[in-house]
Amino acid sequence: MSNELYTYIAIMSAVTLAVKILPLVLIRTEIKNVALRSFLYYVPYVTLAVMTFPAIVYATQSKISGALALAVGIAAAWFGASLFRVAVICCVAVFLSELILI
Amino acid sequence: MTSENRQAFRDGIRDGIPIALGYFVVSFTLGIVARYVGLTPFQGFLASFLNNASAGEYVGFALMALHAPYFEIAAMVFIANARYILMSAVMSQKFSPDTPFYHRIFVGFDVTDEIFGITIARQGWLNPFYNYGAMLVALPGWSVGTALGIIAGNILPTAAVSALSVALYGMFIAIIIPPARKDKIVGAAVVISFALSFLAGEFFSEISAGTRTIFLTVVIAGAAAVFFPIANK
Repeated sequence: MSNELYTYIAIMSAVTLAVKILPLVLIRTEIKNVALRSFLYYVPYVTLAVMTFPAIVYATQSKISGALALAVGIAAAWFGASLFRVAVICCVAVFLSELILI
Repeated sequence: MTSENRQAFRDGIRDGIPIALGYFVVSFTLGIVARYVGLTPFQGFLASFLNNASAGEYVGFALMALHAPYFEIAAMVFIANARYILMSAVMSQKFSPDTPFYHRIFVGFDVTDEIFGITIARQGWLNPFYNYGAMLVALPGWSVGTALGIIAGNILPTAAVSALSVALYGMFIAIIIPPARKDKIVGAAVVISFALSFLAGEFFSEISAGTRTIFLTVVIAGAAAVFFPIANK
């Protein structure tokens, strides 16, 4: 069993690391194609936005506290709060609101 | 280390701390799953150190429990992690031609949603030492968290887990909102992403979140690129 688990771990790690490392290693020149450059420019914002909502609402004990964290986080980031501060503000919003909600 | 690299390294540690905290909570839960599958704390640590990917590891552990064939675990982990291909490709364009090649391997070793996020949020060329600083705290947060989850089981108080579970989403918000405020196209893309992600979750819940993320990213970023190509800067 133990050996089987190590084989599984080796296989999944090899796949994950290939996926993460190969594009960085293989794409070594600047991409000149405007369409492709534009696509890669928009990817981060789109992909992080897709991952954030609605997932944040379902991450917490109550959907209301999750939604509140989203709203408070957006407001804080809008007015220039740092990465760390926005993360903490979201956590505090959930903790405090769940004292009442749960 | 030059003073510039030292500063980048310190910045990386600073930005990595909230990541590490968020990771700890998620990976602790992951460890509880790994415990049911029968992984030892060391095996959990190893899997998490080498993969550092929540969905990918969940899928992997679930298939281990079923004694799935090797090709199946490889295929499923690939699908769960395929979005990193896009992230790694984006990061490849942030490397200065002067940065030695081997840094690409070490930076690639820990491409995660969160480290990708903080990397692209920085102006100018990617400084690998920034990533190393973030990895220094984030990787132990993730891998030690997994091992402790296997050892301890379900002991974290629910209220704390609930509150900390939004830490990583809070970071994503902090990364996407300032550029969305500055650039109307990015702002529109973010709003459309929120809306379509919600609809996809409602109507295509049988498709995994990872696959939905890739599909929506390609469609929305693709449409933005076609209609609003960026001027070469």
